[in-house]
Formats: sequence, C-alpha cells, structure tokens
Amino acid sequence: MLKGRHLIDPCEFTLCELEEIFGLADSIIHSPERYSGICENKLLASLFYEPSTRTKFSFDAAMLRLGGQVLGFSDPNTSSAAKGESLKDTIITIANYVDVVVVRHPREGTAKLLSKHSPAPIINAGDGGHQHPTQTLTDLLTIRHYKNQLNNHCLAVCGDLKFGRTIHSLVLAMDRYEGVNFIFISPEELKMPSYIKESLRNPYVETNNLDAGIASADILYMSRVQRERFVSEDEYVRLKDYFILTKDKLQEAKKDMIVMHPLPRVNEIADDVDTDERAVYFQQTKFGMYVRMALIIKLLGLE
Amino acid sequence: MINVSKLKRGIVIDHIAANHGYKIFKQLKLDELDDVVVLMRNVPSRKLGKKDLIKIETDIALDFRVLGLIDPNVTVNYIKDGELKEKAKLSLPRDVSGILQCKNPRCITQQEEVESITFYLVDEKTKEYRCEYCDAKTSL
Repeated sequence: MLKGRHLIDPCEFTLCELEEIFGLADSIIHSPERYSGICENKLLASLFYEPSTRTKFSFDAAMLRLGGQVLGFSDPNTSSAAKGESLKDTIITIANYVDVVVVRHPREGTAKLLSKHSPAPIINAGDGGHQHPTQTLTDLLTIRHYKNQLNNHCLAVCGDLKFGRTIHSLVLAMDRYEGVNFIFISPEELKMPSYIKESLRNPYVETNNLDAGIASADILYMSRVQRERFVSEDEYVRLKDYFILTKDKLQEAKKDMIVMHPLPRVNEIADDVDTDERAVYFQQTKFGMYVRMALIIKLLGLE
Repeated sequence: MINVSKLKRGIVIDHIAANHGYKIFKQLKLDELDDVVVLMRNVPSRKLGKKDLIKIETDIALDFRVLGLIDPNVTVNYIKDGELKEKAKLSLPRDVSGILQCKNPRCITQQEEVESITFYLVDEKTKEYRCEYCDAKTSL
C-alpha cells in the first residue's frame, strides 16, 4: 500500500511496490488520456531550496498532466526560510494546504526531517549529495521499458563512480534484482567506493577501459564528472574528458544495448551518438515524467 | 597502590578499558550525584593490563545504552550488604538517540534544530553508527 507514504530513499519501497509504480507508468504511457483528470482538485507543493530546472519541470509537468495543480518556489530567498522559519514549521503549515509535497534541498537528510512532521506525502527530489530517488525510479523504468525486465542484465556504469550519487543509487537499486552483473568503468581516482562494492550481492568487475566494458554490456550508463567535487581545477580538467563515448566506440557494443545518462551531459557523450538508436537518454527524461506521474497517483491513493 | 574500601551497597562498574572511565563518568553525569563516587584510573588488571573502575555508593538506574556505546566490555556489579547481588554484561546498542552528534557538515541536523537524532549501528568492530538523516557514519 503506497497511499500516504513518503519517498525518501529509493530502496525503501519493496520490489513489489516498485512494480506497482512501473505497471501504472506503463499504463499511463499507453493511455495518457485515461489519467489526464485523475488529480483534479489536488495540489502539489514544489519546494525547491536550490535550483534544478530539469527535476522541477518534470514534477510540474507530471502533476499538470494528471489534471492537478502546482504551487511553490524555486528560490529559497522568496520563501519563509529567508525569515528564519524552521523547516519543521514550514512543512507543518504547507501540509495544511496541499496533498503532496516535493522537496529539493542542498542539505542531506532534509526530506527525511520533513517526513517526520508532514501529514502529506513527501517526495525527495534530491537532498544534497545524498539521495535522488525519483532519478533512480526513472532509470529503472527506462531499463524495464527497453529491456522488458530488470533481472539478468549486464549494467556498465562509466565516469565518476566515486562521487556520482545517481550511479550509487542505481547500482544499489539494481543489485536487488537477480542475475545482474556490474562493470564499473572509471579512472583510478574516481573508482566506486568500497562500501558500495562490499554491500553488493551480484558480481562486479572494474576497469579503466571504456572499450573493454562496452562489448559485454546490456546497458551503458554514462555520467558526468562534476566540477564542484574537485578541489583542484587541473585535476578536474584532466579527468573530465577521460571517457568520451563516440559513435565509433559503439561499434563494439551489442545491437540491443542501450545508452543512458542522467543529464546534463558535458563532453562524455559525443553528439554523433544522439542519432544512434541505442541512445535513449533523451527518452529517459520522458520516462522520468511518467514515473513521477505514477508515483503521485500511488502516494495519493488514486489508483 | 591506593586502597578504596569495599562497597556496602551500590554499583561497581568494572573492566572499563583504560581512559574510558572519565568518558563514562562524564556521560552518566556522575558528577551531579550527591553520593560518594570514586573513579579509579589505570588500575593494574590481569585481563586488561590496565583498567579503569568506578564505584558508586548508591543505587541508581544506569543508562546501559551510554555504557554499551562507550565500552561494551564493561561489567556492572550490583552490591548489597557488602555482597555481589547481580552482574550485568553489556553489548553495543543497535541504535542510540540523544548521545551522538552527526559530524557530516552537509547534514540537515547541522542547520536545523533537531531534538534527538537516532543513530543505527552499522559496524560492531569499529563501533560506527549511521545518522538516520544523512546516513553518514560516526562514532563516539
């Protein structure tokens, strides 16, 4: 039962509950008109304490396409936080007005804190470098859509595996499924942290060679090296272009492999890859909207 | 060797690892008691080489979570009429609230006033706990 629940961490829903959401998302993709009025008279509060055009648009579009309405802010200076109000007081007040709350905040653990005081469901839209569960749901739905299931895949993740929050969440979420093999492709300096590797049930291999990783992958998940994670600009410049996926490199890949990316990209995927039918990163953003639509419906108990 | 007389009635916290005695004394707020309390440090011990020991000349309810968190190997002896009446062994608590502070500078608890943060045990060997909000690991 997902009605009234919060979504703070992607692994707090059981595989059955995730399947419920994905099944509903499939149904929305198939017949969007059936759901276009399901959230009529429902309000979503969109509390963005740091800018994020992509995620905010995705949630707003999801709610509007369900016939609901959105109110909120994307600049904390225009909210009561600027007057020094505590988050606890803010959420108790806002939850009186709305049916569901989406929150993004630069501090880790914020959504969890709000969930302790909010009678309305809280959806974590990113809390610093900690969790971004709806990105993980987006990734899972995309894989499920293109590969028909979430079991028995070889998932290669490439880029910044050390600091990449999205990558960590995806790997931990995929590890809950059976028969998954991981390939971790990164330079030595950006390797997957050992606490993640030690917690995995499924096997993994590590390499610093993108070509070697591509050949056996069913899914290639590329990621951006984030400038803000580096103290030294030289180090960032040296590593940012370490892996660049080009159309040539894709010749080694399986014909039904898919290439994913949480976006925005910088240089890690060349433009010539965009036209390859295995590149699904722009469709992935659309699956993000569909999965958020399904999530809102489920948390509101409307289906 | 300094001699401290036997307790007639009260509690002896024994087998405290050397240097942990003062931590326990402080965390249990034994300085706030009006009764006789003795903290002995670096007492020779066959088992530990050196140990700390605390004698409390009264019956009080000890916070076993605090004790277990600081040193799960201590023994708590309850004395009545000069005799050992009960012995309690401790273990690391699975979760603790109100004792640890999150050290992650990016955690929301560093900005907002949060009354009592719960920490969950993640590693018995290193005695590391994770913050319920940001999952960052910490220890006492």
